[in-house]
Amino acid sequence: MSSIGTGYDLSVTTFSPDGRVFQIEYAAKAVDNSGTVVGIKCKDGIVLGVEKLITSKMMLPGSNRRIHAVHRHSGMAVAGLAADGRQIVARAKSEATNYESVYGEPIPVKELAERVASYVHLCTLYWWLRPFGSGVILGGYDRDGPQLYMVEPSGVSYRYFGAAIGKGRQAAKTEIEKLKLSEMTCRQGVIEVAKIRIYGVHDEAKDKAFELEMSWVCDESNRQHQKVPDDILEEAKAAAKAALEEMDAD
Amino acid sequence: MLLGILGMNSLDCTPATNSLIRSEADSQRTLYPYVTGTSVVGIKYKDGILLAADMGGSYGSTLRYKSVERLKPVGKHSLIGASGEISDFQEIMRYLDDLILSDNMWDDGNSLGPKEVHNYLTRVMYNRRNKFNPLWNSLVLGGVKNGQKYLGTVNMIGVHYEDNHVATGFGNHLALPLLRDEWHENLTFEEGVILLEKCMRVLLYRDRSAVNKLQVLFSLCGIHTSRLLGNCCTV
Repeated sequence: MSSIGTGYDLSVTTFSPDGRVFQIEYAAKAVDNSGTVVGIKCKDGIVLGVEKLITSKMMLPGSNRRIHAVHRHSGMAVAGLAADGRQIVARAKSEATNYESVYGEPIPVKELAERVASYVHLCTLYWWLRPFGSGVILGGYDRDGPQLYMVEPSGVSYRYFGAAIGKGRQAAKTEIEKLKLSEMTCRQGVIEVAKIRIYGVHDEAKDKAFELEMSWVCDESNRQHQKVPDDILEEAKAAAKAALEEMDAD
Repeated sequence: MLLGILGMNSLDCTPATNSLIRSEADSQRTLYPYVTGTSVVGIKYKDGILLAADMGGSYGSTLRYKSVERLKPVGKHSLIGASGEISDFQEIMRYLDDLILSDNMWDDGNSLGPKEVHNYLTRVMYNRRNKFNPLWNSLVLGGVKNGQKYLGTVNMIGVHYEDNHVATGFGNHLALPLLRDEWHENLTFEEGVILLEKCMRVLLYRDRSAVNKLQVLFSLCGIHTSRLLGNCCTV
């Protein structure tokens, strides 16, 4: 679907004759080339998972966090240009604390998603700004229950029960569609996300070395966003590897 | 919600610093306190920290509010107690909530301990005093982190120190002499509570703005802070 928009792709303020803004589409390509980010909404919460491709053996495991807490009850996983993503997260944190200081309650996830989407969209409107080269998956738990949103570089945000962005998103989405998310608890969700991640990446076989970073917001974590505890994470990785071997053996 | 176009470069605003700068533009400054709390007493005991304060909020000489919580836990490790203007204490709690929240969002296994919180509060109090707009409080800050007990105090002028036993307001005159005599390193929890109760009883006798409903908080080594409420009867 890639067409060269010669002449119409020089600025984000130019439409092409067939009604597309090419700069935004190119920004989306930056997201597509990054490591996969997956989010699922389970019965009792949200699980976010990121495939962090390890570019150098010298990198310390646990550094380069791609999942950030936005507020007590919500977190954001970033795909695409890391620096752009950091800016989006900073803005989201600021919006969340501002809402709470004005209205006295934690920001509803829907409101947060709208504000983040507006901000991302803002940067597609002026010729002297470039669009963000990163998309985020935002998951949170407020009084309407757990919710999952995805914000793309174009500024669109939709609510999902399962979302994936990045390299392995097609494979990841197929896997997510197979899952029965409404009956799954977050504990099981963590294992499923690990499986999806390890399947998706393994198929690519291009960048073998990666680190799995996962976080959740669920009843078990007291509706607070936090990194998945190490023991559960190890359990999930082990279960995923076992399932992978089983699949290979067939 | 959406910032103006010109403000693009400072988009990652931090609300905490904004509220410190804001007072420059204000033409008002705190002249005298309105609703005040009286003394807070704190001691270190064998396993941690004990703080006690009564639950009264006085409006001048009227004992107006009788269920004011003047002791609060802060984060995972600390306890704070305040005497003086209650609204300023509420504002301090807001600053601390923001501080603890940003600290928690790092999610890296570290957390702010009582010494750090005490230092932060000292900076806040001292800087406000230098602008002639003080937060009209005397604060007691205590807690346990990694097995280390910490107990300190800071007041509206910015004077701060740490010690094994601290008190604010009338507690300085009535409770500290008792504590100097009877405090020792290895107080058990029960002994500590009895000692604090003794101090609070003397304060109830002699301090006009004391009420007969107490709040006691304790902080243990390795365990999150907890609280118990007690009623102290008048004689």
